[in-house]
Amino acid sequence: MYNFEFVKPSSVADAVSALSAEGAQALGGGQTLIPTMKQRLASPDTLVSLSDIAEMQGVSSAGGSVTIGGATTHADVAAANAFAGLTTLAGNIGDPAVRNRGTIGGSLANNDPAACYPAAALATGATITTNARDIAADDYFQGMFTTALEDGEIITSVTMPVPEASNYQKFEQPASRFALVGVFVAKYADGVRVAVTGASENGVFRWSEAEAALNGNFSADAIADLSIDASGMIEDLHGSKAYRANLVKVLTDRAVSAAS
Amino acid sequence: MTKITMTVNGKSASGDVEGRTLLVDFLRNDLHLTGTHVGCDTSQCGACTVHVNGKAVKSCTMFAADADGADVQTIEGQANEDGSLNVIQQAFQDHHGLQCGFCTPGMVMAAAELLKNNPKPTEADIRHHLEGNICRCTGYHNIVKSIMAASGQDVSAIAAE
Amino acid sequence: MPKDSGIGASSKRREDIRFLTGTGQYTDDINVQGQAYVHFLRSSVAHGRINSVDTSTAATMPGVVRIFTGADFEGVGGLPCGWQVTDRHGQPMQEPAHPVLAQGKVRHVGDPIAAIVADSASQARDAAEAIVVDIEELSAVIDMKEAVKDGATKVHDDLTSNLCYDWGFVEENKGAVDEAFANAAHVTTLELVNQRLVANPMEPRVAIGEYNRANDESTLYTTSQNPHVIRLLMGAFVLGIPEHKLRVVAPDVGGGFGTKIFHYAEEAFCTFAARQINRAVKWTSSRSESFMSDAQGRDHVTKIELALDADNNFMAIRTDTLANMGAYLSTFAPSVPTWLHGTLMAGNYKTPLIYVNVKAVFTNTVAVDAYRGAGRPEATFQLERLIDKAARELGVDPIALRRQNFITQFPYATPVAVEYDTGNYVATMDKLEQIGDLAGFEARRKKSEANGKLRGLGINCYIEACGIAPSALVGQLGARAGLYDAATVRVNATGTISVMVGAHSHGQGHETAFPQVVAEMLGIDENMIDIVHGDSSKIPFGMGTYGSRSIAVCGSAMVRATEKIINKAKKIASHLLEASEADIELKDGQFSVVGTDKSCAWGDVTLAAYVPHNYPLEEIEPGLEETAFYDPSNFTYPAGAYACEVEVDTATGKVTIERFSAADDFGNVINPMIVSGQVHGGIGQGIGQALLENTVYDENGQLLSGSYMDYAMPRASDVPFFTVDHSCQTPCTHNPLGVKGCGEAGAIGTPPAVVNAVIDALHSGGHTHVTHIDMPVSPSRVWSAING
Repeated sequence: MYNFEFVKPSSVADAVSALSAEGAQALGGGQTLIPTMKQRLASPDTLVSLSDIAEMQGVSSAGGSVTIGGATTHADVAAANAFAGLTTLAGNIGDPAVRNRGTIGGSLANNDPAACYPAAALATGATITTNARDIAADDYFQGMFTTALEDGEIITSVTMPVPEASNYQKFEQPASRFALVGVFVAKYADGVRVAVTGASENGVFRWSEAEAALNGNFSADAIADLSIDASGMIEDLHGSKAYRANLVKVLTDRAVSAAS
Repeated sequence: MTKITMTVNGKSASGDVEGRTLLVDFLRNDLHLTGTHVGCDTSQCGACTVHVNGKAVKSCTMFAADADGADVQTIEGQANEDGSLNVIQQAFQDHHGLQCGFCTPGMVMAAAELLKNNPKPTEADIRHHLEGNICRCTGYHNIVKSIMAASGQDVSAIAAE
Repeated sequence: MPKDSGIGASSKRREDIRFLTGTGQYTDDINVQGQAYVHFLRSSVAHGRINSVDTSTAATMPGVVRIFTGADFEGVGGLPCGWQVTDRHGQPMQEPAHPVLAQGKVRHVGDPIAAIVADSASQARDAAEAIVVDIEELSAVIDMKEAVKDGATKVHDDLTSNLCYDWGFVEENKGAVDEAFANAAHVTTLELVNQRLVANPMEPRVAIGEYNRANDESTLYTTSQNPHVIRLLMGAFVLGIPEHKLRVVAPDVGGGFGTKIFHYAEEAFCTFAARQINRAVKWTSSRSESFMSDAQGRDHVTKIELALDADNNFMAIRTDTLANMGAYLSTFAPSVPTWLHGTLMAGNYKTPLIYVNVKAVFTNTVAVDAYRGAGRPEATFQLERLIDKAARELGVDPIALRRQNFITQFPYATPVAVEYDTGNYVATMDKLEQIGDLAGFEARRKKSEANGKLRGLGINCYIEACGIAPSALVGQLGARAGLYDAATVRVNATGTISVMVGAHSHGQGHETAFPQVVAEMLGIDENMIDIVHGDSSKIPFGMGTYGSRSIAVCGSAMVRATEKIINKAKKIASHLLEASEADIELKDGQFSVVGTDKSCAWGDVTLAAYVPHNYPLEEIEPGLEETAFYDPSNFTYPAGAYACEVEVDTATGKVTIERFSAADDFGNVINPMIVSGQVHGGIGQGIGQALLENTVYDENGQLLSGSYMDYAMPRASDVPFFTVDHSCQTPCTHNPLGVKGCGEAGAIGTPPAVVNAVIDALHSGGHTHVTHIDMPVSPSRVWSAING
């Protein structure tokens, strides 16, 4: 990879300041960024590691919501066991060593169309808090690898309202073990939200027809007659558009049945 | 160049590294700890697995500078003080849990983390935990068996020599 | 009662100690004083004409020592092919040049254009980006059927077409085979693809070239299964370095599976460049690079037909295969779809008439050569999928159809030119039914169905030709080398032994198993014996490790050398014991005079050989060291029967392996623990091929599966525990150990068992329109087949 200067600030303020420099880029757990840099597809002048910022670490609950520091690893989120869907999701990202390094902030900032966390954030209607502002999940995801973040903006925490019931179903791409399709279902008093990752060329999305059907009847029967349009789905070595559309349906069904 | 210092297998180690120097490169090239291997460049094979502050990480996907001040354990530090194989290493030899040996250091380090957190793992627990460690030789049969044996479980019912 | 040492004992592996403590010495762990590093600038297009390569800016970059291009290799030989196939018209195959660095054209993504040698690997790579290459991109030849059409773009301009050869076997049988089909009561036809695989040993390839100007000696450290073969090919054909000035070392090697047999451009480059710059040159492949530079495996497209008579006896088999060679001929590539494939088409069955046609094709893809099993998995897959399909069409039990047609008399001469010396296919099938509890399958199927899953049972039988190979025979078939092996047994004065063997161990456990044989023969502790391998300066010669040949061929050489040792030691003992040589017996490490209580110890004799104060110097020389070369008189024929049970989730198409059983006949077994491990590993790779792995190029020749992000390697969670058995033993009749070899069996026997099981599961669920799914039987393919 290309060389760069490595800095490791210990506060958000110092990190923001370091990121204001030309060519500076934030480094979360690095589990996606480092392989990308090895391919010489990214060439930051300065990498600002966020791993030493105490105020961005940890999982806490208050007022029916859970707040996760932006630099909290997947392993720590899984261990916190805040609610069922989130625990399953975090505990099955990548592999144990990846979960010990990879962070929620890094995942959401990258917004890989096959990443798991965007499904949790969107399905729970999370609030993404940065050094500058709060962003609603519905406004945050803007297509694959694209988010509402400005240059130099850091995700300091993510707040998710704890659902009454939730479940995440991931069907793994057999090589990368990313989600070929992943479906997160979250049931709240005021409605059901269904978020789908891995499937769409536009990245994570909400399956509104399924949400509407499930609002009245939170059971697999409610969506038995639904199907999702295959156009706009991703097609690659591992599955056609039609196959992915099928998985969206099957996994939503399973997530609803298994939600707890 | 940045000067970094870390504790590796209980001993202090320091050196000057570039920003891009990976932890695995520092271990192999600067400290000559060549037991940690590199088998891929996409963070999947796990041959480079070491422990940083007690947690298994892929040392090919962490910058050396990010491990400044950390406590690092590698395969070279796993044997008992008298040089004999530790429980996991001994189980791998007893149950033929390795063939070419290239993935083995990563497997042993992954197994050590699993058994620390889950002293009596099921077969499914072990297979799930090894998701990030690829072996091309063994079909995993004897690796899973070795880890079960290392946890003190009876493996005599598991088929094969 | 299991033995605790010698032949048949599951001795723990001594080499494990270094691997488990991080003290193994793999090639990348070696660093030579003052070494430079090379980075290869590789083609990003599959096919193109090189107009110019401008290295002027790059040459001035920091740390750059020298930049090489194809022009630097104009007076140097190309990479040789070690096997010449003759086509069905008696003509030799078309054999293109294969320069170390591309000259004139690039022919696949990854073809090396320039090599940058610098003080550090990063500097070399930095400089590579400053090289300006002007390439006129040409249309890429990817699809084999398109490649052999008239007027297709040619991969090699100087060849007449993209057809390497059109091979017919046995050509004289063709008419009789066609007639049998015309008279058949039933004909089953199947078209299938044996997909391209990447071998993926976990250690990527590495090469270090070193040059000593003082004595004009070159040394190559390399990740090889056969260092002597590399010395021969590189020294004689590429660089013109005589053997006595060239040392090739293959230290600990992290798996091979075939792809580390071949002589590669990077090895020749590092050796060449070290001489040019008078400084060691090191290359370490990244995994991404290995996907575009390691020879790949399989890649056959086949139509196969089976003719049966009214009683379901096999009458004839006819096949038509396109075999991909890739852009260049790798070392043994032409032999794989021919002599390692056509000769296996009889399988375990008495089919009187067989005709195999293979057209080998050049394409703009990475070269294809032997990968674990090499030709034999392709033959087995076709045949065993076909038999399964025939059983289904005829409404007969697939096991019964196989049993009915088994060869039962040995030796058996097949219609495809090989003679099976021994075997018992009924016994391995009986054993499989027992260890796999096939009687309990229907109950397990019902249980799966109750859980909403379809369950299927797949059976497979295989035969393989191993112990490669009789030199005179392979010479007639086009091999440009002999395939014997060699061993030197060096007994030291104190009785300890070093055995220098030509076989190379890269996971097979030779360092443990080979001493078991010598210990058994001499009656001494196996820990007194060490194996030396992998260094051309230390061992007499060797053709290396592949084709499940190590114990059958090199092990036989070791036995012959040990027999010579025993003969000489008995002469010395007879002198020490003042008895006739004919009366000396060696047992448990003691020489004794038959019928007396006179004896002396192994150590007394070995000491006398090196301190010959009381010694028959007028009759024999001092010292105790013997070498033997062994050339087998036939192949060996391991065989077995495998059973796989799968569950299919029809909603997602996902297949899970629920049970897997393997009953193998490897003849005699030296170390059962190691043999089981070899079978486990082969099954793992076979499941990988059946369900997961695929090498995919797009129409422009870009590799879409060029990393572990898209090339699906089997993980621990993809496989169950396996039940393996090798108690059915019909010893090989023509080698001294009665061994057959076990390294490739699992990879050969597994894929058809898995696919047969998936088809069985789908039929049980009423999806009877699905008669075949090409590998990998991925979730999306299964779902598409069900819903197609």
